[in-house]
Amino acid sequence: MTGAAGTSATSEVPVLLRLQKISKQFPGVLALDGVDFDLRPGEVHVLFGENGAGKSTLISLVAGVYRPTGGHIEFRGEEIDLASVHQARQLGISAVFQEFSLVPQLTVEENLFLGAELTQNAMLSKREMKAKAKQILDRLGFPLDPNIRVAYLSRAEQQMVEIAKAFRSDLSVLILDEPTASLTERETQRLFQLIEQAKASGVGIIYITHRMNEIKRIGDRITVLRDGKYVATLGVAEASETRMVELMTGRVIAQIFPKIAYKPGEVVLDVANLSTATKTISGVSLQVRTGEVVGIAGLVGSGKSEVARACFGVEPLASGTVRFASVDVTGASPRQMLARGFFYVPPDRRSEGLIMMRGARENISLPSLNVAPFSKGPLLDRAGEKAKARELAQRLNLSPLNIERALDQFSGGNQQKVLLAKALSREVKLFVFDEPTVGVDVGTRVAIYQFIRDLCEAGAAILLISSDLPEILHLTNRAYVIHRGILRAELTGRDITEDRVLSSFFEREAA
Amino acid sequence: MTGVAPTTGRAPANIGLRLQQIFVRLGVLPFLLTFAIVVFSLLSDRFLTLQNGLNVTRQSSFLVMVAMGQMLALLTGGFDLSVGVILAVTSVFGAAAMSGMYAMFPDAVLLCIVVGMLAGIGAGALIGVVNGAGVAFGGVSPFMMTLGMASVGFGISLYQTGGVPVYGMPKEFGKILGFGQLFGFLAAPVIVTLAMIVVMYFLLNWTRMGRYFYAIGGNLKASTLSGINTRLYLFLAYVLCGTIAAIAGIMLTARLETGEANIGATMPLESIAACVIGGVSLRGGTGKLLNVVLGALFIGIIQNGMNLARIESYLQIVVIGILLILAVVADQLRQRLMAKLRD
Repeated sequence: MTGAAGTSATSEVPVLLRLQKISKQFPGVLALDGVDFDLRPGEVHVLFGENGAGKSTLISLVAGVYRPTGGHIEFRGEEIDLASVHQARQLGISAVFQEFSLVPQLTVEENLFLGAELTQNAMLSKREMKAKAKQILDRLGFPLDPNIRVAYLSRAEQQMVEIAKAFRSDLSVLILDEPTASLTERETQRLFQLIEQAKASGVGIIYITHRMNEIKRIGDRITVLRDGKYVATLGVAEASETRMVELMTGRVIAQIFPKIAYKPGEVVLDVANLSTATKTISGVSLQVRTGEVVGIAGLVGSGKSEVARACFGVEPLASGTVRFASVDVTGASPRQMLARGFFYVPPDRRSEGLIMMRGARENISLPSLNVAPFSKGPLLDRAGEKAKARELAQRLNLSPLNIERALDQFSGGNQQKVLLAKALSREVKLFVFDEPTVGVDVGTRVAIYQFIRDLCEAGAAILLISSDLPEILHLTNRAYVIHRGILRAELTGRDITEDRVLSSFFEREAA
Repeated sequence: MTGVAPTTGRAPANIGLRLQQIFVRLGVLPFLLTFAIVVFSLLSDRFLTLQNGLNVTRQSSFLVMVAMGQMLALLTGGFDLSVGVILAVTSVFGAAAMSGMYAMFPDAVLLCIVVGMLAGIGAGALIGVVNGAGVAFGGVSPFMMTLGMASVGFGISLYQTGGVPVYGMPKEFGKILGFGQLFGFLAAPVIVTLAMIVVMYFLLNWTRMGRYFYAIGGNLKASTLSGINTRLYLFLAYVLCGTIAAIAGIMLTARLETGEANIGATMPLESIAACVIGGVSLRGGTGKLLNVVLGALFIGIIQNGMNLARIESYLQIVVIGILLILAVVADQLRQRLMAKLRD
């Protein structure tokens, strides 16, 4: 099979990397099943598919993290067998994964050269590395101090270090796994410029993203995977959103965003002039009513999360008042806020939302162990807990429906469902969803939007915090825009447009 | 030929897979226990007797108690290195209070015993309170906090006694709580331990506090956002751990009939070992009470067996250390197997 090199009919186009009938069998799971994939020099080839479709496995094979259990990988026309990440790097294949491979205690410079330190007579040539680190960062235009410890950097800045690491040596294949997830608009622009540069110098880029607008902006071709199998490869020009979703899910989804019938009632949350002690927000005032979905739009680090976190009692306050259901609750603890019916669903399920080594049942009941049906007096009501947790898991279509299974054995989308189920474990007047759809596939996203609609139509107040603009545009009837900790705009109904939201981000900088 | 080969080849493979599954589900403990019992039965014919069984349970009961306390600290993601010193402080202060009062009121025996016990347990529990305050409210790492308190407590008990055992407690104290037996075979420390197992089982599985210990060790931030007063429960975990160790200390004092500053030196290592062998994660969040009890019993069995097999006591310390490391290695192996056997 390998002997016939010219299998592809379009052999006039040079191919940088070719995967033929590639398979990867994990114990019990066939993650990739005979997938074909090729990458040309100077193109951005987008990998598209739901969580668990095999995208991550595929890039892991190319990056040398795993070895395929079937098929061949050709690099510049020669068959290669990648045994390690190191070997892949030597061929110029570099990957930036979502999970960073940085050592927080080391500086930016030390991380950049980790595993490939420059030496002279077995001694580290620090001066040379320092100069080179500065040179790399300057070339990329990243405003990073090479001497700062990575632990002090924001997630976006850490991402820059990862990218700089990939650009450190000669590149021929660059793999980017949802690189813009934590970048601000400006940083994203910068990254896209870099990608253009890399393309121009003949680097092939494998790019994973869920975001349609990114695909349109920088993609050349798209390969869609589903359940570990190859579905289709198409040019960006012929890829419409509905077509992509259809290919990805294998079914037709009429509408991603549901229609919500808003019935604004009384004011539930009334925030006046709120500032946090850490100055992440200052002088923010907003209101949320029952029966409506209010959005907070803003870039990463704009302070949009902090508004809700400050109300919930996680961020220390400096000044201002928070009234909830007509009661002054300024400075209340999360426990007190929960008891009053304020539920905050955090954005990062692994670090803040869930207890990964415990089962779904224990996670779902955790915020509500002090109320029925989870407890009777001072004791836990374990039968009641089991029944309620099961009911909620069923309602959210947890799959597999095993509430005793540890969460780290569920897929990301299902973990997100458990996170949402927690919010249903007690009586709640106001749900705050902070980036509820980060890192989930379209199928789960649609389910989450419907979930939000159902809650709203049942009369709950909903505050939706999101950096995904379409979410704000389609789901909310009122939206606030926050920029650098200051409330920049309040938009209502038809006024919530992409232009208006975006202009609120940039107004000040232009002025 | 082809018909025979697969069947003979498959049988051992199936047993191997079965064993793997048991290993993944229950951990190393069943294997270690079986191995230890078989080996010691062969080494000494006195090992597998009813009398020896009762001896082992009585001797291990102190470690079982301390291990249960240690488990609470481990569940929350910390540990308590001062459990041994808590035993010593309890013993020294309990004995001093009891003998001092007995000298003044030789007729009020029961009162002296009760007051002495409360004084001892109070002194021991106080170390737990300080540990808890430091860890939960002061933000000191459990390692430094409990290690520091171990030094403080040990110094205080030596200072208090001048390094000499404390005598002069009423005879009834040792007679009842040290050597007393129910139905002629249930020793007093065993009864106390059994009662404590019941209470702990109840606490861990049927109360919010127990569930919160697991939750805090599993994910502190998620617990805070779920409305749990994480500092309070972190504090309580160390207070309870200290109290439980103090109860073990007072029972051991009754058995020894003197107050000693030098007891419990091996307790931190042995109690952590018992928990780890019993499958409690050092990172917090997971572990089952009964496995911890079995883990502590296992260490007792090893010590008893080695005594019967006349293995030198210094070498026994070496064996305990090796066992602890092996248990951790086996646990790593188990994690890997678990990932492999998933589904």
